[in-house]
Amino acid sequence: AVLKKRLVKLVVNFLFYFRTDEAEPIGALLLEHCRITKEEENVFSISFIEEPERKYCFECASEEQCQEWVEALKRASYEFLRRSLIFYRNEIQKMTGKDPLEQYGISEETRFQLGTHQQ
Amino acid sequence: MKLNERSLAFYATCDSPADNSGFLYKRGERHTAYHRRWFVLKGNMLFYFEERESREPVGVIVLEGCNVELCDSAEDFAFAIRFGGTKSRTYVLAAESQAAMESWVKSLSRASFDYMRLVVRELEKQLEEMRWGLAGGCGGSRESPGSCKPKQCPERLPALPTIPPKENGCAVWNNALGVGQPPDTSGCGGNDDEGTPRPPPLPPRRRVLNGEAVVESPSTFCQLHERYSREVARLRQDWLEKQRGPRP
Repeated sequence: AVLKKRLVKLVVNFLFYFRTDEAEPIGALLLEHCRITKEEENVFSISFIEEPERKYCFECASEEQCQEWVEALKRASYEFLRRSLIFYRNEIQKMTGKDPLEQYGISEETRFQLGTHQQ
Repeated sequence: MKLNERSLAFYATCDSPADNSGFLYKRGERHTAYHRRWFVLKGNMLFYFEERESREPVGVIVLEGCNVELCDSAEDFAFAIRFGGTKSRTYVLAAESQAAMESWVKSLSRASFDYMRLVVRELEKQLEEMRWGLAGGCGGSRESPGSCKPKQCPERLPALPTIPPKENGCAVWNNALGVGQPPDTSGCGGNDDEGTPRPPPLPPRRRVLNGEAVVESPSTFCQLHERYSREVARLRQDWLEKQRGPRP
């Protein structure tokens, strides 16, 4: 496979990629239900749960940069953020007996519920 | 622009719970006729399907940087998703009842990644403040031995903040992971509403004895302090050994 130089931008849960001299992205990857794998030196890959053999490979300028990206991409999904929120909410509730989301008026919001959401 | 459409379709149709779903009327782009579509909101993505049973969405709206507002329309219970930018369109949707409209406007307004991140950061901050103690009771150095990733934890939990050093009887324990999991967070008694310091909370870690969960209750403060200090020392030792790597 040929490596092409791209400008890559992580914006919320999307990974955009650009040709280095263009302002509009060529494409984007939605980073949900994906696996970030450290491959050989300077290289990481992204694969998706519905097509695990297909890997999007990225070669970085250095091992350090590679680690940075792996860490950032592992935390990039909306679902990761949601799990963090539920976890912190639960922790705080255990420690204080109070639901920290009450002050924002969002404790009943479906997206923040522990366990399965209402359908 | 290319998109990993199959992954999007998977996200839309997989059995992870939706944040909202239901029928809405969507006004067409070129013609102003409304089409009834099945909408599924997951995270910051609003998917729409031709039918409820459709296996693939016909479209998706990414809910970042948008405003959700009520709008004037001949159609009842109409609301709009507006994006900034010259090339962006406004999506006009209509619900089938007042209640449905309100429910959708609420869930769509809170759907963005940015919003979620804001709330998470706020809770993170609250938790951090609670762990360190608001009155500085747990004081001490904020320097930590470095990130301690709880490898034994189930993968679905995010990495927790680092273990702060033992200071003034602050304990290290874990509230959420239950039996057999290594503690990796610390907490101190915070203050209750009147500002008087609360006693350190009971260690929530349960030891299983003969198949029954036994909750240890502290006796005197000295004994509690002693017990925690042994635990912390042991954890630090474990952590240091891990840092050094496996012994030959």
